[in-house]
Amino acid sequence: MNVTELQRKLIAAARANAPDDRVPYAFEKRIIARLPGMNATDNAALWVRGLWQAAVSCVVVAMLCGAWAFFNPGSNSGEDLSQNLETTLLAAVDQGDQAQ
Amino acid sequence: MERSEAELIAAVLQGDAASFEPLVQKYSPRVFATARRYARRESEIEDIAQEVWLKAFEKLKSFRGEAPFEHWLMRMTVRTCYDFLRGHQRNRESSFSDLSESETDWLQKFVAAPESVNEKADAAKLLIERVLEKLSPPARLVITLLEIEDRSVKEIAELTGWSVPLVKVRAFRARAEMRKILSKMAKEQYL
Repeated sequence: MNVTELQRKLIAAARANAPDDRVPYAFEKRIIARLPGMNATDNAALWVRGLWQAAVSCVVVAMLCGAWAFFNPGSNSGEDLSQNLETTLLAAVDQGDQAQ
Repeated sequence: MERSEAELIAAVLQGDAASFEPLVQKYSPRVFATARRYARRESEIEDIAQEVWLKAFEKLKSFRGEAPFEHWLMRMTVRTCYDFLRGHQRNRESSFSDLSESETDWLQKFVAAPESVNEKADAAKLLIERVLEKLSPPARLVITLLEIEDRSVKEIAELTGWSVPLVKVRAFRARAEMRKILSKMAKEQYL
């Protein structure tokens, strides 16, 4: 086999078949969306940021409440917290009994 | 009124990234056509094109406007394709035992009467793709630019960043490498 001639023929074949220059649909839009500084605001990221801020706020409020309860033991007037809770929950029943 | 390329580039450099879109729209066909010379799968071709444009955006400050934007972009495209070839050398070691019937027929016709075979046949296109895939990355790049795209040595030096003597050396080696691959193919088919 004449390898040099085969090489010439195959190179001619490659020249005769120019590659396609078609571009996928909306390719330029995808590129622009990926450019640094052009990222569209991500809704999920907004939610995550908001939830983290809310979580931090809740922790701060819980710590303040805990500190207030710890440093003001007198505000309970010596009563047990469970008794207070029970009284509050059963207040409606007690009022019903008194009305009868 | 349509803005000129220089105006679009200046706007992008001043922070208006949206002005980059008309440039992407205008030159993407050339970038894709070039990428299709080196990669087969559409996903790989799109990855190359995307990398070219992201690099172009990042390095736009280095574009001085002395040469046309298209030349600057094509240099970046060719270099990105070369990096792709270096990273994807998967088919280089495979044999020619799995040639299709049409490819074998084309080769047989060539052996019988070399001058009568049709270069525009699909089988010839498939065969040259197989051969190019077996070349080393520098050899494939040089054969594509020099023999298939018919570019001059000086142009190739500018596109690749190689010196003119290096392009000549690599072209010589690439032709030898291609002949070796074709001889191997001939042996596998006819011995």
